[in-house]
Amino acid sequence: MKIQTLSLGVLLVAFWALNSGLFKPLMFGLGTASVLLVLLISSRMKVIDSESQPLYLTKNIPGYYLWLLKELVISNIKVVGTIWRSNLQLQPALATIKMDHLSEMGKVIYANSISLTPGTVTTEVTENSITVHALDKSSIAEIKSGEMEARVRKLDK
Amino acid sequence: MSIVATYLSWALLVLGGLLCISGSVGLLRFPDFYTRMHAASVTDTLATGMILAGLMLQAPTWIVLGKLFMILVFVLLTGPTAGHALAKAALHSGLKPLLPGKSGVLEADNKPSGGV
Repeated sequence: MKIQTLSLGVLLVAFWALNSGLFKPLMFGLGTASVLLVLLISSRMKVIDSESQPLYLTKNIPGYYLWLLKELVISNIKVVGTIWRSNLQLQPALATIKMDHLSEMGKVIYANSISLTPGTVTTEVTENSITVHALDKSSIAEIKSGEMEARVRKLDK
Repeated sequence: MSIVATYLSWALLVLGGLLCISGSVGLLRFPDFYTRMHAASVTDTLATGMILAGLMLQAPTWIVLGKLFMILVFVLLTGPTAGHALAKAALHSGLKPLLPGKSGVLEADNKPSGGV
């Protein structure tokens, strides 16, 4: 049995327990049956692999989430400040930013992190570049500085 | 529930509500689709997060707490995905973003600018 199968099983049991909250024998039996059925179907569909269960991220992802949360709050304050400014002088920008090679998972995390922070949204991801629309062009410069990219790269290792 | 948790919870709820209003105001004030998306993402991320955190502090049982946490995780996962899909679809169907022209006035540019 692969380690990914085990982690998916644990995840499904936790998900079921949280959603059900009822621990009667009948419920327990039904829960176990559904978890086993989902595991069986997923393994027959061959979707249990390191892409659907990226366990190698576990070590570094909490630190990244904390950093992302900080960035999220900062950019939220920035955008809210722009919203309430009395004279709206927007400097939106659309730019294609080069990036060095990242793994598929790295690219997904990078693009989603950019979209998640208010003020920037990823519109296109290619092999070695991303296109970003930003509410203010200073955000483009911030992405170009490559701090987020470096942090995502560290996750891959 | 302690008095501190009550006050903290209400502070978070009120702040989250204010952020929701800010997002809506931005939605009305900003000039085009793409800039409006940025305003909406304030409501998507911090406003939702604060309201859910405020509710978590008032959760009567662990089950409720866990469910609220799951809602937060799903909102944070689906928000950027939907935003990316919307922006990409708009760009591909030919909606030009407003960009500052030479005089500094916003205009719909035909080609995306290469840099800052």
